[in-house]
Amino acid sequence: MYLTNILEYLEKTARELPDKTAFSDGDEFKSFNVLLNESKSIGTFLASEGYYKEPVVIFMNKHPDCLSAFFGVIYSGCFYVAIDSEMPQKRIELIFEKLSPGAVIYDSKNADRVNLLSGNFHKYLFDDIRESVSDDKLLGEIRKKQIDTDPIYIVFTSGSTGVPKGVAACHRSVIDYTETLCEAVGFDRETVFGNQTPLYFDAPLKEIMPTIKLGATTFFIPKQLFMFPIKLCDYLNKYRINTVCWVVSALTMISSLGALEKNPPVYLRLICFGSEVFPIKQYELWRKTCVNARFFNLYGPTEATGMSCYWEACRELEPGEPIPIGKPFRNTEIMLLDENGREAEPGGEGEICIRGTCVTLGYYNDSEKTSEVFVQNPLNRAYSELIYRTGDIGKINKHGELVFVSRKDSQIKHMGHRIELGEIESSILTCEGVRQACCVYDAEKKRIISFYTGNLTPEVLTKYLRDFLPRYMLPAKCVNLEILPLTANGKLDRRKMSEDARNIEV
Amino acid sequence: MDKLIEILKEIHPDVDFETENALVDDGILDSLDIVTLITEINDRFDVSIPAEEIIPENFNSAAALYDLITRLDED
Repeated sequence: MYLTNILEYLEKTARELPDKTAFSDGDEFKSFNVLLNESKSIGTFLASEGYYKEPVVIFMNKHPDCLSAFFGVIYSGCFYVAIDSEMPQKRIELIFEKLSPGAVIYDSKNADRVNLLSGNFHKYLFDDIRESVSDDKLLGEIRKKQIDTDPIYIVFTSGSTGVPKGVAACHRSVIDYTETLCEAVGFDRETVFGNQTPLYFDAPLKEIMPTIKLGATTFFIPKQLFMFPIKLCDYLNKYRINTVCWVVSALTMISSLGALEKNPPVYLRLICFGSEVFPIKQYELWRKTCVNARFFNLYGPTEATGMSCYWEACRELEPGEPIPIGKPFRNTEIMLLDENGREAEPGGEGEICIRGTCVTLGYYNDSEKTSEVFVQNPLNRAYSELIYRTGDIGKINKHGELVFVSRKDSQIKHMGHRIELGEIESSILTCEGVRQACCVYDAEKKRIISFYTGNLTPEVLTKYLRDFLPRYMLPAKCVNLEILPLTANGKLDRRKMSEDARNIEV
Repeated sequence: MDKLIEILKEIHPDVDFETENALVDDGILDSLDIVTLITEINDRFDVSIPAEEIIPENFNSAAALYDLITRLDED
């Protein structure tokens, strides 16, 4: 019988390796068996309270307990939405408006934050429900009704109008992703992951799902360590972490501050990175230090579940050559389409479009935004077939590898996060006293600069924005101008402002 | 010290660096800030901070950071 529910991974592994650590933060070590039992308890609790096929918000700090909550929600036939205390309150409110959740599971550290939220939902403290008596009969009935196209989570991503978009993904897509990712990069039962990315993105699926499928182990590395490279390497060595899937900036932090020479991570054998350009000098430092490790560049949008393409570093790059995206995972096809929906010329540029089981269910509660980018395959008029248009422009290089070229719009990648500059502009414009706003990205110095007009100081604006935007979306500098530069057509001159941004100190 | 406060103010205009002494523990500084700080200190003080000195104790306050810069400058 083939797999139709992601929980079958967990159930099989908990039978085979009940006492092995599944998830840990270095303080608590949660075994597969405990994870399974807590998940069933929470699933039973939610189901007996009547929740079914609806979003359940998990408002907890990153901790092994979050996984019991996630899988518990899936057991109940609902889908989880992870919220983190790092998210600004206004953003959380926007997400709640979109979801209208009936239930929120929270931890004691976030009790005050949850109380600030308005809405018609019930609040459950994780510790109060983790040991509920589980009811296998009830869970079995839910399982029978579930099909593999039912959603299991919603992940929110930046939206250009200022409202985050919630991507919903189903069992089938996540199973497809887990299977093909493990096969492509070679995770196994001995894999010890060191997780860096927050749990409210799709990025940690790379660690979570292979961990329950294979019986591997994931350590949640404390966020603070990513400021202190020697301590971070101590942590990696202490827990014999052999696999990392990190954003490039986390890797370059270690290498550029000189920690690789002084305290190399000796167990690393698999290093996956992605989401942004890897400065070649830093990349070479890593390759020189971890000579026995395999390096993979991963590429993919949240809308296609997680990662869609991979490239293994096994040839020298030419000077100035970008690290390729490579090729798609099995059971995924990449199409390069021109503006008229036709295939790009061989070697020519086109929009990267994704076809396959990995294409998700679209944006939750937003059919308009969904239909803009989840579209009928223009190369097929004969039957219904949705593809996802990424908005990324790519081409095939002389080695036959896919390469990222640019964006169609003003979406950027910063610190590994995908950001719509329009979302930052929309937030600035909600601030009283601001008349106009324009944000640009200085790719060289890796910083967001905002220009605005209005009678308030940059300090006041920055402080205001902290309530709206996550840390990584805050402009490095807000610049108050008398007027914003315009093009001959009277539009905001983004090119001019991009140039000006490069000459601004910090 | 004024020069250092200036650098810090450019990163976080809304923080009172004269009195704040838990920049790391309270989560005011993040990893990008640390990298920016180290780069700016290198540029403007001509002091390079070695990896083993990049520890929370040296970054929790402007005063601690200034002590570090002075110490490294003397070496």
